[in-house]
Amino acid sequence: MAQHETASAHDSAHAPHVMPLSTYVLVFAALLLGTAATVAVAYVDLGWANNAVALAIAITKATLVVLYFMHVKENTRLIPAVIFSGLFMLLILFVNLLADYGTRGWLGVEGR
Amino acid sequence: MAHDAHGPSDLAHHFDSYEQQKESATLGMWTFLVTEILFFGGLFAAYSLYRSLYPEAFRAASHSLDIRLGAFNTAVLIGSSLTMALAVRGGQTGKPKTTFTMLLGTLLLGSTFLAVKAVEYADKFTHHHVPGPSFHFEGPDAPHAQLFFSLYFGMTGLHALHMVIGAAILAFMLRPALRGAWTPRNHNFLEGFGLYWHFVDLVWIFLFPLLYLIGRHH
Amino acid sequence: MTTSPNPVPAEFPRTHYLNAAYGLKSWLWTRDHKRIALLYLVSVSVFFALGGLMAVLIRMELATPEGDFFQPDVYNRLFTMHGILMIFFFLIPGIPAVLGNFLIPLMIGAKDLAFPRINLLSWYLYTIGGAFTLWALLHGGVDTGWTFYTPLSTNYVNTSVLTVGVGIFIAGFSSILTGLNFIVTIHRMRAPGLTWFRLPLFVWGHYATSIIQILGTPVVAIAILMVAAERMLHIGFFDPKLGGDPVLFQHLFWFYSHPAVYIMILPAMGVISELVAAFSRKPIFGYKFVAFASIGIAVLGFLVWGHHMFVAGQSIYAGVVFSVLSMLVAVPSAVKVFNWTATLYKGSISWDTPMLYALGFIGLFTIGGLTGVMLATLGIDAHVHDTYFIIAHFHYIMVGGAIMGYLGGLHYWWPKITGRLYPVFWSKLSALVIFIGFNVTFFPQFILGYLGMPRRYHTYPPEFQVLNVMSSAGATILGIGYLMPLIYFVWSMRYGPRATANPWNATGLEWQTTSPPPVENFTYPPVVTAPPYTYEAQPAAGKEARLGA
Repeated sequence: MAQHETASAHDSAHAPHVMPLSTYVLVFAALLLGTAATVAVAYVDLGWANNAVALAIAITKATLVVLYFMHVKENTRLIPAVIFSGLFMLLILFVNLLADYGTRGWLGVEGR
Repeated sequence: MAHDAHGPSDLAHHFDSYEQQKESATLGMWTFLVTEILFFGGLFAAYSLYRSLYPEAFRAASHSLDIRLGAFNTAVLIGSSLTMALAVRGGQTGKPKTTFTMLLGTLLLGSTFLAVKAVEYADKFTHHHVPGPSFHFEGPDAPHAQLFFSLYFGMTGLHALHMVIGAAILAFMLRPALRGAWTPRNHNFLEGFGLYWHFVDLVWIFLFPLLYLIGRHH
Repeated sequence: MTTSPNPVPAEFPRTHYLNAAYGLKSWLWTRDHKRIALLYLVSVSVFFALGGLMAVLIRMELATPEGDFFQPDVYNRLFTMHGILMIFFFLIPGIPAVLGNFLIPLMIGAKDLAFPRINLLSWYLYTIGGAFTLWALLHGGVDTGWTFYTPLSTNYVNTSVLTVGVGIFIAGFSSILTGLNFIVTIHRMRAPGLTWFRLPLFVWGHYATSIIQILGTPVVAIAILMVAAERMLHIGFFDPKLGGDPVLFQHLFWFYSHPAVYIMILPAMGVISELVAAFSRKPIFGYKFVAFASIGIAVLGFLVWGHHMFVAGQSIYAGVVFSVLSMLVAVPSAVKVFNWTATLYKGSISWDTPMLYALGFIGLFTIGGLTGVMLATLGIDAHVHDTYFIIAHFHYIMVGGAIMGYLGGLHYWWPKITGRLYPVFWSKLSALVIFIGFNVTFFPQFILGYLGMPRRYHTYPPEFQVLNVMSSAGATILGIGYLMPLIYFVWSMRYGPRATANPWNATGLEWQTTSPPPVENFTYPPVVTAPPYTYEAQPAAGKEARLGA
């Protein structure tokens, strides 16, 4: 312990940037608010938009967690690139998979 | 632990600086989390496919889930994310007591989530909503409702497994936290675990509306 | 002589990573990437030998049209286990875990990979996964084909599907951790002055490979878990009786398993780039194109998986899109082949053993690649689907490509790895025997497939016998070719002449340290001031210097 404290002086240049406590509490409040909103909106009939709204709220909440709780706002730009490469591959999986099932009926031939 | 005879013990021998060590740890953890995105992604893809094919069955099956328990658990998990973030902040600012308290809080909230999940699972068993030979569902299109429950158990089960692993690691982190193992200069493990815990929270943020909130206005 | 600012390393070091510590424990608990690479070399070779044994038994059975040696269900297990052992336990870890593990830190001037303990963990995971698979093998193996298609794998067979599934799942983690380690190492551990466009193409190839390992492997892992849940707990995902769709499994499986063939070939392409430059004494033609072609193959590779499912009930429109995208993969692949050829042009070529393997690779990979474009064409694929045409195409890429690259790389870096030289005559002979044996084995299979011989049967009509006998005879030659390096490599470790630090007079940081390297890789902090492959400034080594004789 003592050894760490004596040595830490020369590394003070690399000391992490610390987000203020209020940021964390605000993000927490926003996340709770988002949860309440997503439940409330589920009971309103918006037709196809119900899904879109639910997902939009979820994505907003996720973005908050990633940026503030997971410190991506403070990281190098490489980290967002890593995240987006993963999401991009996931998108490819979804698009190509659903494109197959979505176009099966187009031919109009029974069993094809 | 391998360490250089000339340097302090918390800088591994093959790194030149704390900065390099920290950036490697952060990138490594995020790369791992990207594999987790795709790991869960396979199940999300199956979910999207089957829900688009059988919307009615999915809606009916989703209505059998208890929305209050789901919402409560979402709040619990968000709370545990807050305590986890504050535990990491305790490491950043060199306050072992804060880190310890917040990790303990995270562990308690995580356990609460798992306990509620266990209650929900037990309810599914008593109602024969568990896929398998004894599955029984009153409603339209029971075979595809069964598919919903397969995905429900697959996705929440995999999520719960991540929670259990996280809680086990948390339990082992309490003593080092109190000892002050994580300093402003090197709290890479604490930070990395925090990323894992937040990721598990992220998965639930999507699971909750997708599983519990389908077509509730009907 | 060299353009490098680094000091010339001493010849014949007294202490190095091999003799720094002795005893089994110093190997099994090592965190040294070089020792872990050797652990991988041993275990990967064991699985290669086992997979090869299965191939021998398959070719033995196919020497005559009737079923001679095996019952149909035993034959099913043979080709299934051949595929599983070769793909998951030899080809995927092969070059990255052995050569990549050993060389990436050396090539970028680092002391080790970013996470040495995770590196050791990934070897243990690989070994545990392999142990599960071998356990299943002793209990009769699996007969679903290496593709584990549902509902056959979940409902109908009673072989060790779960045990092998667990084995592959664990080995998948090993693969992910290796890729993760490489990505972080390449991003964070490069020596001063080593910018991205000064990286050897071997490192670029491994970077692209790691991307696929990271992004693809988790999807097949979840597919295996879903199969396990359906088989064990009757939690339906794919079984139509439980409301599911078996084609979904094929989507999830091929989302990984098609890019997986690029996990196998991209590192080999990286090896070939090093060899072609070193033995033509020229910089690689179009360095940036070759580098970006690796990334291009990795990304495009994720967009084409549906070409495995043209006749599986997939939508015809999705099939057309997958067909076109599959042909696009030929573009970056051809960029590489053309650039290697342009590098050879007017180079001062020396016919050393690694170069023989490299030239073999270029030819065989081109044949494999062009037949791949044929298979990407919807109409042709409907005709030759599930025939020996596919088998031949796949083996031209995997054996003619990946294994030639692996052996070429082993011959090139063997002096660096062991500090010893191997016999020139025998090594050149082995390259020749392997090349001939390979073509005699697999070229007839193109014809067989085109004439309509289906894969995965142990009997066939008598008119196919001539070509099958050719194929089996070629397999014998190929087997002898593979045994030769095994013998002289082992021999050279004890009796081979000592290698100098840079026996090929090649560029690259790995040649600027001793052979074998010290534990910490470099005795000085290496710096880089020039792009790779500055062979104009570097004279070719004399024969004596090269061979140490």
